[in-house]
Amino acid sequence: MAIDKNARYLESHEYAKPSGEHMIFGISDHAQAELGDVVFVELPAVGKTLSKGAMFGTIESVKAASDLYAPVSGTVVEVNEAVKNDPSLVNKDCYGAGWLIKVAPINASEFSGLLDPAAYGKAIGEE
Amino acid sequence: MPFVPNTDAERAEMLRAVGASSVEELFSDIPEHLHIKGLDLPDGISEIEALNEVDSLAERNVQTKKMDWFLGAGAYYDYIPAAVPALAGRGEFLTAYTPYQPEVSQGTLQAIFEYQSMAAKLLGMSVVNASHYDGATALAEAVLMAWKARDGRNRILLPRELHPEYAQVIETYCTSFDIEFVRYGGAPENAPIDDKTAAIVIAYPNFSGEIYPVKKAADRAHEAGALCIVQADPLMCALMKSPGEQGADIVTAEGQSLGNPLNFGGPYLGIMGTTDALVRRMPGRIVGETKDKNGKRGFVLTLSTREQHIRREKAVSNICSNQGLSMLQTCIYLATLGKQGLREIARQSYDKAHYAAELIGGIPGYSVRSSQFFREFLVETPRAAAQIVRALGQRGIVPGFALSRYYPDRRNELLICVTEMNTRTQIERLAAALREASR
Amino acid sequence: MNTMNMRDEPLVYELSRVGRTGCSLPKSDVPEYQVPGDLVREELDLPELDELTVVRHFTRLSQKNFSIDTEFYPLGSCTMKYNPKVNEVAASNPGWKNLHPLVGDEYAQGALELIWRLQEGLREVGGFAAASLQPAAGAHGEFSGVLMIRAALRERGDRARKKMLIPDSAHGTNPASCTMAGFVTQTVPSGQDGNIDMAALRAALDETVAGIMITNPNTLGLFERNIEEICRLVHEAGGYVYGDGANMNALTGVFRPGSSGVDVMHFNLHKTFSTPHGGGGPGAGMVAANETLASYLPGPIAVRHKSGYTLEMPPKSIGRMKAFYGNFGVLVRAYSYLLMTGANGLRRVAENAVLNANYLKSLVEGVYPVPYKRNCMHEFVAKGTVAAGVHTLDIAKRLIDYGFHPPTIYFPLIVQEALMIEPTETESKDTLDLYADALKRIAGEAASQPELLHDAPHGAPVGRLDEVMAARCPILCYRG
Repeated sequence: MAIDKNARYLESHEYAKPSGEHMIFGISDHAQAELGDVVFVELPAVGKTLSKGAMFGTIESVKAASDLYAPVSGTVVEVNEAVKNDPSLVNKDCYGAGWLIKVAPINASEFSGLLDPAAYGKAIGEE
Repeated sequence: MPFVPNTDAERAEMLRAVGASSVEELFSDIPEHLHIKGLDLPDGISEIEALNEVDSLAERNVQTKKMDWFLGAGAYYDYIPAAVPALAGRGEFLTAYTPYQPEVSQGTLQAIFEYQSMAAKLLGMSVVNASHYDGATALAEAVLMAWKARDGRNRILLPRELHPEYAQVIETYCTSFDIEFVRYGGAPENAPIDDKTAAIVIAYPNFSGEIYPVKKAADRAHEAGALCIVQADPLMCALMKSPGEQGADIVTAEGQSLGNPLNFGGPYLGIMGTTDALVRRMPGRIVGETKDKNGKRGFVLTLSTREQHIRREKAVSNICSNQGLSMLQTCIYLATLGKQGLREIARQSYDKAHYAAELIGGIPGYSVRSSQFFREFLVETPRAAAQIVRALGQRGIVPGFALSRYYPDRRNELLICVTEMNTRTQIERLAAALREASR
Repeated sequence: MNTMNMRDEPLVYELSRVGRTGCSLPKSDVPEYQVPGDLVREELDLPELDELTVVRHFTRLSQKNFSIDTEFYPLGSCTMKYNPKVNEVAASNPGWKNLHPLVGDEYAQGALELIWRLQEGLREVGGFAAASLQPAAGAHGEFSGVLMIRAALRERGDRARKKMLIPDSAHGTNPASCTMAGFVTQTVPSGQDGNIDMAALRAALDETVAGIMITNPNTLGLFERNIEEICRLVHEAGGYVYGDGANMNALTGVFRPGSSGVDVMHFNLHKTFSTPHGGGGPGAGMVAANETLASYLPGPIAVRHKSGYTLEMPPKSIGRMKAFYGNFGVLVRAYSYLLMTGANGLRRVAENAVLNANYLKSLVEGVYPVPYKRNCMHEFVAKGTVAAGVHTLDIAKRLIDYGFHPPTIYFPLIVQEALMIEPTETESKDTLDLYADALKRIAGEAASQPELLHDAPHGAPVGRLDEVMAARCPILCYRG
């Protein structure tokens, strides 16, 4: 399973990745594979403030639904409309075109407290 | 007669295969002292005896068919074409379950899809689910759905003239949540919709038979950020504007009158429809069209992530078994009557009810209180309506519903229902009997 | 092989021809009245069909279904037993069908007496003080029961008790019902033997516990051996015990849940009491309670007086669960069944349901691993792990080709690749032998010709359907 080296992770498989002054959130390659074909994503409105660990949406396959949790605190500045219209982007390119939301982080130090790629790899049983 | 085919010899052989010396041994996980000696019930009887016993109970009830029937109040005496029970009663429909295996459930699945389509078009909505227990539970679930969809708002406006049993079911369903119910009287567009209102419920028509157009209230609700829920008479929608075309966000209805017998209150059919925007918040099973691997059209249960078997405590509702067979009856009913037939039934109900109202309104002491109505109207009576019901009952006429049964202080109000089953002669006999009863 | 209707069947809208109708109505004998202009409906998009087309259409659709009447249908926890035809005759009496719910008690004494007799009969089967026939389905009964627990706790002033314990093998309706009653749920794990892990249960019992919801036998088909101890511990902790009666078919006439400490329970009359499942419903979910909770039952319920029967609300009732008095037509069928089975028959039902399940288990467990080595009750759970690269779903679909409905699959969630098989007492040894043969042959095919399973079913009206497409771009209504 691919693990994006520039991202940091939650054990619940969401990632946060710096993008300029912002962070993008998505789910890991491992998570999309476990979930199977993604059929629907529900994402928050732009402007909503999320605290670290707060639920920010849901992602669904045919037979499963997972809540999405914010890896770091921040205010939503952009939502990936493309993925709402074509949820299969999460399966095809979870670290790229299949990103979910972009936030303006509130507390920069939270990022470094997340699992780094090596630790996340260990958490999902990969070295 | 427990319908067990295996003979004693076969049972003995099976026990040997299992490696048990007796059937009792198979129950050895149950603590010894909890095994019961027997039930305090009579032993089983034959088919002939059982049928005689059930029939003898049935014969002690008063049937619609044997009276001049003008009682509705949420359950309607309408004609059911012979094809409806003949087809819905086929064992392949009757004895199947929820279509978990779509390849061998295409009959049920396509029928649900057809029902969803016809019901959605009748109500003017983009999607209808595969049914709730009845109209009352459908409305209660719609209230919860709207409340959850409008996070932070906890007020629901209910019409004062909502079927009292529906109001009671809503109360039961919502008892655990912080929802404030405000009752409003008269036209829904004058209801106090504000920024705390999650939704307004409109009864179309209301319990007294009065019809208020939905459009203005729906517009006002939307301006205030609230949702508009309409509880509709589905037959009325064949003649009058659908709730959907007037802006309703959620529509619920009791589908009993569309092909389901009265059956002392159930099983009936809870219809619920909504917009594309809210479909993922709607409870209940939904069937969708898709293709198999060879490109052939087929139908499956879909959007299941809303439901309890996947989402468990986070599901939009706990509903699992629904009213599949009642839904099928309505599906076949709508297909049989079709556009013309349904319009004709609605038209005749409307005309006959208005003819009855005209006659009764002309009797000294009676006045018709409903101004716009479909097949049911409220009459003020010169003496207690319950007395009139009793008096006419002895003459083979059930003249309607005395409101005092639900509202003890509304003594002189009679709710009269006229359907396509009533003839002009019956209506005239009713009017004559009411005239006599006023003396 | 089955003989299903393989022809494509158009939708009713596609069969529609302008001007047709399937039913004739009498000519109106009253004047026509004007519908107010602002209310007139212009368009009504319903199909137009003649009666024969309707009859052929729905007959053909029916032939695309598996059903108990046509195939063995061993869906675990659904109790797909034979639905006696006499029940249908009993329920079709015009004295029921043409009985209006608001006709008044004095005009419906036969119906009220039937409700009362059935309340009494079911109460006795469960070992409870009183029963209500209001709930329309099992989940509706659960919702009633947890609302009753909520009401009793509130009356005690125990508003802080918000936690409902639910075993990890439970049906999804249990946690969902709790949420609707304002409870939060905590999962209790199962132990090595498939029963509730008692240490975990003890640890979960604190001052916030409202109660526990127990399915007994559980969804693994195993009797909760510690049922009395569980009830005692929960009661000591100040909570109540809810019994989910989905699996009552294993126990009728053998064991009464009320005697083991269960406070409130539902029965699924469409399972245990043989009423038809109707392609998804209607069911009926009687809820019964002991002395402690009986006064909270949903109402109205039938009460017998010297002068006759009345419908009344229990004194502290949680209220109405639906309009009128439950799915009455279903109740008539259940009553007819109760009469025919009686005390002796109900015991034979449980004995044969359990014998059939154990027999079928003994035939297949050498091939399909059964994770819990115990006698099962009315159903058992096996694993579809018979060959690499083959899944339970493939086995289920291949069973269709052999003319059998697949069991419940991928449930309970605590068993990987689960096949949950409930044969019921109304199936013969011959049928069970044929089913076991089919399962074994499929296991053989899984090793030698896995593609046969992956592409199954081959003999159904449609092949495997694209559920991803259905969910991504939902088509939920005909758009012609």
